[in-house]
Amino acid sequence: MNQWKNFTKGFIKENPVFVLLLGMCPTLGVTSSAINGLGMGLATTFVLVMSNIVVSLVKKGIPDKVRIPAFIVIIAAFVTVVQLLMQAYVPALFKSLGLFIPLIVVNCIVLGRAEAFASKNKVGSSAIDGLGIGLGFTFALVLLGSIREILGSGKLFNITLYSENYVTLLFVLAPGAFIVLGYLIAIINRIKKN
Amino acid sequence: MAKRESTFGNMVVTLVLVTGIAAAALGFVYDFTKAPIEAAKLKAQTEAITQVLPEFDTLGNSFKVLADAGGDSLEVFPAYKGGELVGTAIKTYTKEGFSGLISVMAGIDKDGNFSGYSILEHAETPGLGSKMDPWFKTDKGNQSVIGKNPETTDFHVAKDGGQIDAITASTISSRAFLDAMRRAYVAYEKEDKTTGDSGQ
Repeated sequence: MNQWKNFTKGFIKENPVFVLLLGMCPTLGVTSSAINGLGMGLATTFVLVMSNIVVSLVKKGIPDKVRIPAFIVIIAAFVTVVQLLMQAYVPALFKSLGLFIPLIVVNCIVLGRAEAFASKNKVGSSAIDGLGIGLGFTFALVLLGSIREILGSGKLFNITLYSENYVTLLFVLAPGAFIVLGYLIAIINRIKKN
Repeated sequence: MAKRESTFGNMVVTLVLVTGIAAAALGFVYDFTKAPIEAAKLKAQTEAITQVLPEFDTLGNSFKVLADAGGDSLEVFPAYKGGELVGTAIKTYTKEGFSGLISVMAGIDKDGNFSGYSILEHAETPGLGSKMDPWFKTDKGNQSVIGKNPETTDFHVAKDGGQIDAITASTISSRAFLDAMRRAYVAYEKEDKTTGDSGQ
């Protein structure tokens, strides 16, 4: 399989957020700022790559009937590792992402890739698949977070762009997440058509 | 190598192995990150205390005070400069917030007035209730709590007959914030004012 294609499919063609519509809960929940989106995306990418590698290494040894519980344990272990590391070295980011870090465990993208890709492919391809999908997810979250931060708090990556008196507060609140996501999906669909 | 059959024995062995290895790995990482996590928490706390108090050189032993019956106890940190008590930081909280607990580090100087505060934890609406941070420090109208204390100023929002202006469009968060500050003051009154000890 063409590895470059395998890697790039996560950005547009099979983007987990815009095309597959997976993992909506963290997508809508954490993207109130670009930096939150980036942190969440990278944490998920790490979990995706590591769980894809391990799942594809052990796939032969795991009987079919218990594969889902085994995958979930592997994923949960990596999520807890990420959680502990973030708590220790980036406490501020950990605080703002809060509950959403442990919830990576139930992010359907991670289990989805383990089940649909890593359990059927070699280690190398699985790692690249995890990296591609993870970075695609990060790209989507940063894009969503940036738009919401610019419109909703007049900042980008915490750098003030214009006065707070002109912001549309709606965009940092929950409805803004749905509105921005809707428009982005429409734009991506349009791009894919051409 | 052929895929392992889904027999009972195979399944049990696999699951035991997978969970066992995962547990061992987590134990290792937990051990490894325990000290940095503690250090990060302590650093955040010390930073908050430094931010809310006048200049000090040593922090005394913290102690816990029960501010109201049935509530949680507040942690009190006396701060000294040259052996003299210059202020007290109190980690206070309120459950009256718009969404969930608000935790505040409040600083009270030696005259008994609030010298500063720092919001440690909250889940108020971004852009509305989250404005607690600059709002009650900004010297504009009656919105600041700095340099005031609940004995001479009524620490309720103006709408409820008090003397502090609420955040525009966030009366609930404002009430909650003032509730936390009043609770801090109750704890402060129980402290021994000369030594900074618990006074009990």
